[in-house]
Amino acid sequence: MANTTTSASADRPEGAERLSEDRREAMRGEPPFVEAPSEDTRLVRALKEAGVTAGLVAVLTLFFFLFRTDIAVGGLDLSLDPKSWIIAIAIAFAGRFLLTYFVFGGERPTVGGWKKVAAKTARWPIGKVIGVVLLLVALTLPFLLMTLLPSQDRYLLDLSILILTYVMLGWGLNIVVGLAGLLDLGYVAFYAVGAYSFALLATNFDLGFWICLPMAGLFAALWGVMLGFPVLRLRGDYLAIVTLAFGEIIRVVLLNWYDFTGGPNGILGIPKPTLFGLEFSRGEGSFSDFFGLEYSSIQRFVFLYYIILALALLTNFVTMRMRKLPVGRAWEALREDEIACRSLGINTVNVKLTAFATGAMFGGFAGSFFATRQGFISPESFTFIESAIILAIVVLGGLGSQLGVVIASVVMIGGIELLRNLTGLQAIFGAGFDPTQYRMLIFGLAMVLIMVWKPRGLVSTRTPSAIYKEKKTIGADLVAQGEGH
Amino acid sequence: MSAIRQTETRPATDTLLSVRGVETFYGKIQALRGVDIEVHRGEIVTLIGANGAGKSTLMMTICGNPQARSGQIVYNGQDITNLPTHDIMSMSIAQSPEGRRIFPRMTVIENLQMGAILEDEANFDEDLRKVFTLFPRLKERRGQRGGTLSGGEQQMLAIGRALMSRPKLLLLDEPSLGLAPLVVKQIFEAIRELNTNEGLTVFLVEQNAFHALRLAHRGYVMVNGSITMSGTGRELLAREEVRSAYLEGGAH
Repeated sequence: MANTTTSASADRPEGAERLSEDRREAMRGEPPFVEAPSEDTRLVRALKEAGVTAGLVAVLTLFFFLFRTDIAVGGLDLSLDPKSWIIAIAIAFAGRFLLTYFVFGGERPTVGGWKKVAAKTARWPIGKVIGVVLLLVALTLPFLLMTLLPSQDRYLLDLSILILTYVMLGWGLNIVVGLAGLLDLGYVAFYAVGAYSFALLATNFDLGFWICLPMAGLFAALWGVMLGFPVLRLRGDYLAIVTLAFGEIIRVVLLNWYDFTGGPNGILGIPKPTLFGLEFSRGEGSFSDFFGLEYSSIQRFVFLYYIILALALLTNFVTMRMRKLPVGRAWEALREDEIACRSLGINTVNVKLTAFATGAMFGGFAGSFFATRQGFISPESFTFIESAIILAIVVLGGLGSQLGVVIASVVMIGGIELLRNLTGLQAIFGAGFDPTQYRMLIFGLAMVLIMVWKPRGLVSTRTPSAIYKEKKTIGADLVAQGEGH
Repeated sequence: MSAIRQTETRPATDTLLSVRGVETFYGKIQALRGVDIEVHRGEIVTLIGANGAGKSTLMMTICGNPQARSGQIVYNGQDITNLPTHDIMSMSIAQSPEGRRIFPRMTVIENLQMGAILEDEANFDEDLRKVFTLFPRLKERRGQRGGTLSGGEQQMLAIGRALMSRPKLLLLDEPSLGLAPLVVKQIFEAIRELNTNEGLTVFLVEQNAFHALRLAHRGYVMVNGSITMSGTGRELLAREEVRSAYLEGGAH
């Protein structure tokens, strides 16, 4: 009888917890049941924890130990000091290892303490942890690349810039497709509008990147509204077809309006971005001259990297904030149930338009960044395949998931580049094997596999935008202005 | 029965919603054939009828989707016949639509936030507490996604969401649909509570004629797009036609 009740209660999580507590209670003080941590796991655990500690120290002390600035003739001189950095890491590793192995006896510090930590981290979901780690990596990436892989840093940095561009585009499209649930197959049109707005403004009116950037975003948002108006009554497949057509119309217009856009010849000589007027070139008044650094072509890449990183983070920040505001909540509700939205008094037309315009604006920002990075644009860069790739990133990542977009971009864009370099496969398939020819095939296969394995995308859980906290001390009637949620 | 006692003591009040000669079409098919209904302030009015009688169509017509082809709908002294849905629904009318239509991937709290989306945020905490007092189950489930709730909890959420917009008139379309008798009783109890304590006016469309008529002050019976009978809940319950058509074997 007692057995059946315990097994029934074990089905529920709290029941299971009680069960394990009972077991622990029963085993308390009985030597045969208290497992001494075996030497093996103890060593492994100590090594693991020491490794984690060392990694943390490595990241945290990166700028304190690795980079050193000395006063040199004509300004500051940046030099690397890997020795003290490695020593710091080694001390951390050794210290943590000894502490874990001998003092904690291979056990986790204290059970009570860990329970508290677990309770705290439960509010810190794994996605958030990964997000913070990725952010730290992204912030330090140029320096990591320059120190770890100096021979390839330029290529890898360029690739990182490309990936970040797609992350930003993915995040922009995520507003439209992931949050508002409007399937947009012509997102590249806004990318093109942004790129051409910047290119034309810069070449015709001699305006700089930073002035053109918001204007390009506004133009793209305007086009988003223009597309939005006629198609608002459409949904699902029909909306997808119309947006697909819109993307093609923009491209064909750019291709054929020769006087204005230069047609298939594109636009040349788009200016590079400057840092408060400092150019990234040799000579007087340049960035390296001003800071007394030695000129290196990598500086411009690092600068471009941080621009796109900032733009992408802005996109993410705005999206995350919007989700917590009524308009963002309305986007998500619209994706869930349009009729219910209308029955709550929401003007669905306006909600859709804001989604289109916001998504388009970030597409426009990304477009102007693309134009300034390339220095040359032509309609060929804005074909349907671009829209498809961006949409694939959003869908593979998991609709509405910001982290999923990042992972999917790295996998898709980085993966394509990786295949380009897989010359080692020639050893298996013969000298005539060119992996680039099979890129799309492998890529398609990978997509099918992901969709079979995770049909709702890599990150399919949706984080709630609001958590209810009950106020216990002060009643709402005593507070003149509630803080709301 | 407290509801019936109220009917007798309540003085004649002014009209909050009046539907006059409304005709609605789906393409060429006429769904409503000149419907007249009055809902007074502080009343619970129910509309009963068989499947396909046009009950939900009337509810949707009041909300402006589809719009009435002829006739007039006046709410709070204002003609709302030809207003778009979102304008009507932002005039302190709230609806718990047929099939509940909660947002399945959003949590209970987020669903309730959606209900209050046009409201002043300062009222949110207070309104939330009211809804949680009315439906304690929702408070237990506050962090859970709407789609994972049981049918009864979803119906509570749909009503709670509607209440978050501080309505004067609550439109309920078949709140008992697909629910166990005990849950139906709970929900109807909550509606009665709202009406007596807060003075909320309720227009209720129901198939569950017995419970609805017991709850309501007045009722209408709809057959094939027209109103065939009307009267107080008790009167209608006593009518032989109503009993034979809607209550035979239905009254538990």
